Amino acid sequence: MASITVNNRKCSVDASPETPLLWVLRDHLGMTGTKYGCGMALCGACTVHVDGLAVRSCVLPLGSVEGKRITTIEGLSADRSHAVQRAWLELDVPQCGYCQSGQIMAAAALLEANPLPTDADIDAALAGNICRCGTYRRIRKAVHRAAELMARSR
Amino acid sequence: MSVPSGGELSRRDFLWRSAQLGSGLVLAMTLPALGAGPRGSTRVSELNAWLRIGVDDSITVLVDRSEMGQGVYTALPTLLAEELEVDLSRIRIIPAPVGEPYVNALNGGQVTGTSNSVQDAWEKLRTAGAQARLMLIAAAARVWHLDPSECRAQGGKVIDRTRGRQLGYGQLAEAAARLPVPKDVKLKPAAEFRLIGKPLPRLDSPGKVDGSAEFGLDVQLPGMLYAAIAQSPTLGGKAEEVDSTAALAMPGVRRVLSSASGVVVVADHFWQALKARDTLKIRWSPGANAALDNARVRAMLARAAEANPGLAAPRTTGDAAAALKRSHKTLAAVYELPLLAHATMEPMNCTADVKEDGCDLYVGTQVQQSAQEAAAAAAGLPPQRVNVITTLLGGGFGRRLEVDFIPAAVEASKALGVPVKLIWTRENDITHDVFRPPAREEVSAGFDASGTLIAWKLHITSPSITARFDPTNKDPFDSVIEYVQNFPYAVPNFALSFTRQEIGIDVGYLRSVSHAPNCFVIESFMDELAAAYSKNPLDLRLELLKDKPRHTRVLEVAAERAGWGRALKGRYQGIAFMEGYSSHIAQVAEVSVEDGELEVHKITCIIDCGQTVNPRIVESQLESGIVYGLSSALWGEITLRAGGARQSNFHDYRVLRINELPELHVEIIPSDAAPGGIGEVAVPPVAPAICNAIFAATGRRLRTLPIAGQRLA
Repeated sequence: MASITVNNRKCSVDASPETPLLWVLRDHLGMTGTKYGCGMALCGACTVHVDGLAVRSCVLPLGSVEGKRITTIEGLSADRSHAVQRAWLELDVPQCGYCQSGQIMAAAALLEANPLPTDADIDAALAGNICRCGTYRRIRKAVHRAAELMARSR
Repeated sequence: MSVPSGGELSRRDFLWRSAQLGSGLVLAMTLPALGAGPRGSTRVSELNAWLRIGVDDSITVLVDRSEMGQGVYTALPTLLAEELEVDLSRIRIIPAPVGEPYVNALNGGQVTGTSNSVQDAWEKLRTAGAQARLMLIAAAARVWHLDPSECRAQGGKVIDRTRGRQLGYGQLAEAAARLPVPKDVKLKPAAEFRLIGKPLPRLDSPGKVDGSAEFGLDVQLPGMLYAAIAQSPTLGGKAEEVDSTAALAMPGVRRVLSSASGVVVVADHFWQALKARDTLKIRWSPGANAALDNARVRAMLARAAEANPGLAAPRTTGDAAAALKRSHKTLAAVYELPLLAHATMEPMNCTADVKEDGCDLYVGTQVQQSAQEAAAAAAGLPPQRVNVITTLLGGGFGRRLEVDFIPAAVEASKALGVPVKLIWTRENDITHDVFRPPAREEVSAGFDASGTLIAWKLHITSPSITARFDPTNKDPFDSVIEYVQNFPYAVPNFALSFTRQEIGIDVGYLRSVSHAPNCFVIESFMDELAAAYSKNPLDLRLELLKDKPRHTRVLEVAAERAGWGRALKGRYQGIAFMEGYSSHIAQVAEVSVEDGELEVHKITCIIDCGQTVNPRIVESQLESGIVYGLSSALWGEITLRAGGARQSNFHDYRVLRINELPELHVEIIPSDAAPGGIGEVAVPPVAPAICNAIFAATGRRLRTLPIAGQRLA
């Protein structure tokens, strides 16, 4: 039994320590907002926050996150009120939507570290997140918009 | 394209499934973020196949096309809501089951493909909305003892025009559903549209920003087990001998079974199934493709093209061969196009729950009837006992027109007597994709002494998609020539021929199908002709399209917006045009090439797609098509070695990332023509526009794709 903290909730999980966090979240805890895309940290669909940093949960063993603070898309806000989610809705960023949990988590982590990112900052932070629908232009705009919303509420 | 029909569907079976959809099952499938509607026992009336209204005023639309990003879960309800007189935001969506009313008449089956969902639904769903509105008005008129003409509908209510009394649709639905369906309803003229043509928010966005949207991968059922699959390293190979001793000894592993698509390991959790799969010792027999590689594919197509002049397609005018002979000047070139993978973000997966008398199939599919038939065959059930529950699709691009990932999930569920979710890894997904066919295209053209283009001949050699996909289709002119049927330029002598040459592996429909390879050839060669006569590539196109105002307008606007001919120093432009899916599109690419390094700076994209339903979604789809086209043009290629794909994941099947996105200018020309398709049309012009710009920059003509790996210096 491993014990992890997900979205401020302590959970015990009966999985081997090398099980990637992605599958623990999805199959053991039933939190399916975090997606599987490549299993090799190449596409970013599985992005979650561990102690506030964006990480690829598909290559992160359960054993390495015990005692750490994990946030998933389900825990970003209870009601889609996080600035990134609000900006995403305002601009209707998603198309198929499959990669968007990962995009949003990567964007939220970026804005925590850099409240006023340039296009180049956004590109650098989100280059690891593939979107096959090609929502990139809207993602860039939405990150800027989220930065505005966050600045306003500060 | 068409698919085999779903077999006779009895009224009883339809009701059985409708009833299921209306009760327990549907609760798992609603889009939680849309949750304005009822949960539980609210009484609901069916006004028609697409519309249910609850006594609590909830309005539910059954959408019979699959949502894969292209926006049908917003666009199709918009059509119905326009005539029903309700706000779009009030509508809750459920995916339609398999059923006759849900057939796409343009595709001859319940198929989401060919960019025609709106075209098919345009009259149908507006009529359904109008009929329901008239029935609700008639029901209110009866309550008030008025003539229906004394009532009007607005905002989900019927209003007494004189006295202002109101009745909500929820109060009227039960009575309205019992009334006869009015015939010959009059639809609103475009000037009165409240919703159509407006950039309204997508209905599926909320669930896609909070993680609650349910894709196939996310289906969870009580007692469900997970499955991983080992597939033959050679396409078409078979597992001859499986040693599963180690796998079965691993924690959580329940069963190892063989299926036509591979060896399936079922376990309590997916990671356990995957780890156990990797311990399987399998002796594969490679089948007929053990020696198949790219050189062989190329040679097969070249040999076939030489040996067989091909079947002349109906798109023929004049006598191209004779005109070429008498031409003052001729040009000829050979173009070659690679195999491509779809690479949807969500890998293939399927969840099956086989019970004694039926099967629930949860799947992201573009073909509900074929999915039903594939599952029925695997379960040994009649098709009507398979309940297809369409989830959201994490990308389709034509990959989910295939049902190859369904039977193994069904067989596993049947064998274990519990629901099973089978997930393909990314490596399964890339190596066992049903690839876009390769093509060899030989093109020639002739000019008379005055420099007028008098002949154009195109000979396409390629394996067939349709012959495998729909064996009942006897048309020898495969979808691989589809785009050339629209060849828009005025050439008095035009010939198209097709030589079918199979290559030993299945090939499939990929976003824009033949439009991409054929537009690449036609628009690149058009540039070759312009260069041969020192003509401006834009002017040559305009000359040959001069009697076609929609065509010339998109070209002119694209040139104007892109600043055609006025690129900054060191930047070069290329232009491409396409008519397809009843839309007209032009793109201008602006590139630079320095020391052999290509940079794409900007793509300008202008479309006339007729009346738009939601211009915001159209813009998204155009950007989407451009990005998809950029990935294919720059890097897209599956190479075969020893009968298997060499690429397996995003490290070697490269796709465009945000830091590689050029500046995009996308613009829709307002039009009241009938709606055209938008999901695929922006893909094809990207490659020729870029390659034409590379020619402008370097004088090098690229006649194959992808661009990566070709010498540009």
